[in-house]
Amino acid sequence: MKIAVCVKQVPDSWAQKKMGASGNLDRENVDAVLNDLDEYAVEEALRIVEAHGGNEEGGPHSVTVISMGPARATDAIRKALSMGANSGILISDANLEGADALETSRILAEVIKNSQFDLVLCGTESTDARMSVVPAMIAARLDWAQLTFAGSVTVNADAQTVSISRVTEAGVDAITASFPCVISVVEKINEPRYPSFKGIMASKKKTIETKDLAAVGLSAEVHWSQVVDATERPPRAAGVKITDDGQSGPLLVNFLVEKKLI
Amino acid sequence: MSQVFILGDFSGEKATKTTTELATAAARIGEVIGIVFAPVGLGASMAATINSGPISKLIVVESNDFAAHGVAALADALSQLVSTQSPVAVLIASHALGKEIAGRVAVETLSGIITDAVDISSDLTATQLVFGGSTTVHSKISHGISIITIRPNSFEADNSPCAPEIENVALVISEKSKKATITSSEPPIKGGRPELTEANIVVSGGRGTDGNFSAVEAFADSLGAAVGASRAATDAGWYPHSHQVGQTGKTVSPQLYVACGISGAIQHRAGMQTSKTIVVVNKDPEAPIFDISDFGVVGDLFAVLPAATEGVLARKS
Ligand SMILES: Cc1cc2nc3c(=O)[nH]c(=O)nc-3n(C[C@H](O)[C@H](O)[C@H](O)COP(=O)(O)OP(=O)(O)OC[C@H]3O[C@@H](n4cnc5c(N)ncnc54)[C@H](O)[C@@H]3O)c2cc1C
Ligand SMILES: Nc1ncnc2c1ncn2[C@@H]1O[C@H](COP(=O)(O)O)[C@@H](O)[C@H]1O
Repeated sequence: MKIAVCVKQVPDSWAQKKMGASGNLDRENVDAVLNDLDEYAVEEALRIVEAHGGNEEGGPHSVTVISMGPARATDAIRKALSMGANSGILISDANLEGADALETSRILAEVIKNSQFDLVLCGTESTDARMSVVPAMIAARLDWAQLTFAGSVTVNADAQTVSISRVTEAGVDAITASFPCVISVVEKINEPRYPSFKGIMASKKKTIETKDLAAVGLSAEVHWSQVVDATERPPRAAGVKITDDGQSGPLLVNFLVEKKLI
Repeated sequence: MSQVFILGDFSGEKATKTTTELATAAARIGEVIGIVFAPVGLGASMAATINSGPISKLIVVESNDFAAHGVAALADALSQLVSTQSPVAVLIASHALGKEIAGRVAVETLSGIITDAVDISSDLTATQLVFGGSTTVHSKISHGISIITIRPNSFEADNSPCAPEIENVALVISEKSKKATITSSEPPIKGGRPELTEANIVVSGGRGTDGNFSAVEAFADSLGAAVGASRAATDAGWYPHSHQVGQTGKTVSPQLYVACGISGAIQHRAGMQTSKTIVVVNKDPEAPIFDISDFGVVGDLFAVLPAATEGVLARKS
């Protein structure tokens, strides 16, 4: 089985995110980390290959990490490699700055098409863009089965089929499909491992291939949407804070009445 | 006049309040055409539940492929309608299913996409609150049809009654959209309370409830509110996952959000910090949730909530 995992490097969740001059997220001045929701995808990919004998170099199973982003996104890929993935591909090109989901999915789909993957795993959402559309778009572009928002994944390597339970606000669906499939996993699916010391050392010897657009065989497309303006909203004004002395119930009710909430 | 499609949003076989909100937004832009995708035999009855909002026509498509193949089949049908009828925009509810349909339609119709809009103007400029609500962004789609997903409960719906004309359309879902098959479906468990994403008031409980949601539920019921939970509470099995608020749960933006025994981790805030008014009850004066509260009580939720519940009920009687 050849599995690809799409991971994104994002600003640290606690970082104060701001818009840059170009109308894109200012990624220069914040700490960047592997999107934590993508760690679950890396973990699930490793569990799938481990359940089938592992991903020893030269063996039948491998996990390739794919990311599109600036040069320093190799750090996010390296983290996934230190968890146990085999190799990485970074697509990095000045012309991709500010790429939206349509563009991102077009590039990722092209890279995936050029290698023979059986499964592609993704997180359900990047914590910066929060669109939750890239996995569905990749599936649509490749004409592959879409198995997204998986709370559990069962792979039958002999039959080349995958079954998932899709967990969303609309309930739980059991869904099955044959290889190749695009799968996205929710954070309830597993507990991502911490890279071991051995894993970290091993990851330094693993290859990350960096490609520009020409190497992928594409040129940059239009920007599908444009930011007209972005304004920082005033921080929430400090509210009232009282310490309960037995009277705060009525005070809370008064507050709700004043605000016309009851 | 230009036409705007809205994708009817259903809970089971009944249209939700979100459908009316989508219509209200779409009417600012052009003539509103509602799209109803239904299992064979249920088109008319499902369409009949869309009875409010400025909608002039409903296009009803019946197919059992929707239930059998989910997102891809729904997106396939919507893409076909968009390609043949060329609306200026398509508005869809911003939840997992809605966003994924929007994404696939954008790919298939070569159109731009904006997700999680909280407002939209007549010239198709969408408003989004990004980075946890700290920044307001206005954006526009520059190519193709504007595919925009709208966050439920973001603005007032025009609830005037409507009796739209019905057009039944037959479509064939292409084989490439049938590659994943749904073998069984369990709808979410519904209680008697309002839907989280539609409610005007949400009362949520966290680890501080220690598994006992009775005080949280009683306060919610006194206010006619929905009940939410932090991930700590859903992970512990104290409350169903479908009630989780936050990054990996639901995003809510009610008039009033009451956080009880919730510390205010960044992932929880991501789902509630655009609420208009935030009330906090927490024992720990240092809990980060107080940073975003309008009215905070440092105290035990098991003492504060019952007293507040009594106060609310007394005012109502
Ligand atoms: C990838 C990822 C995704 C996540 N997604 C989400 C998400 O969608 N939603 C979410 O909520 N979290 C999410 N989390 C988890 C999040 O980081 C926090 O762990 C979680 O929100 C904590 O829940 P809590 O506030 O209930 O618990 P705690 O942080 O343990 O806080 C409990 C609070 O209750 C107070 N308390 C205790 N007893 C009482 C009492 N009797 N009366 C009053 N107050 C009391 C305490 O002072 C404390 O502040 C996610 C985490 C990760 C890594
Ligand atoms: N630039 C990127 N590089 C690689 N994978 C990505 C990228 N952007 C998004 N993804 C994948 O798509 C998922 C959903 O992202 P999004 O649609 O942006 O919320 C992420 O969890 C990743 O798995």
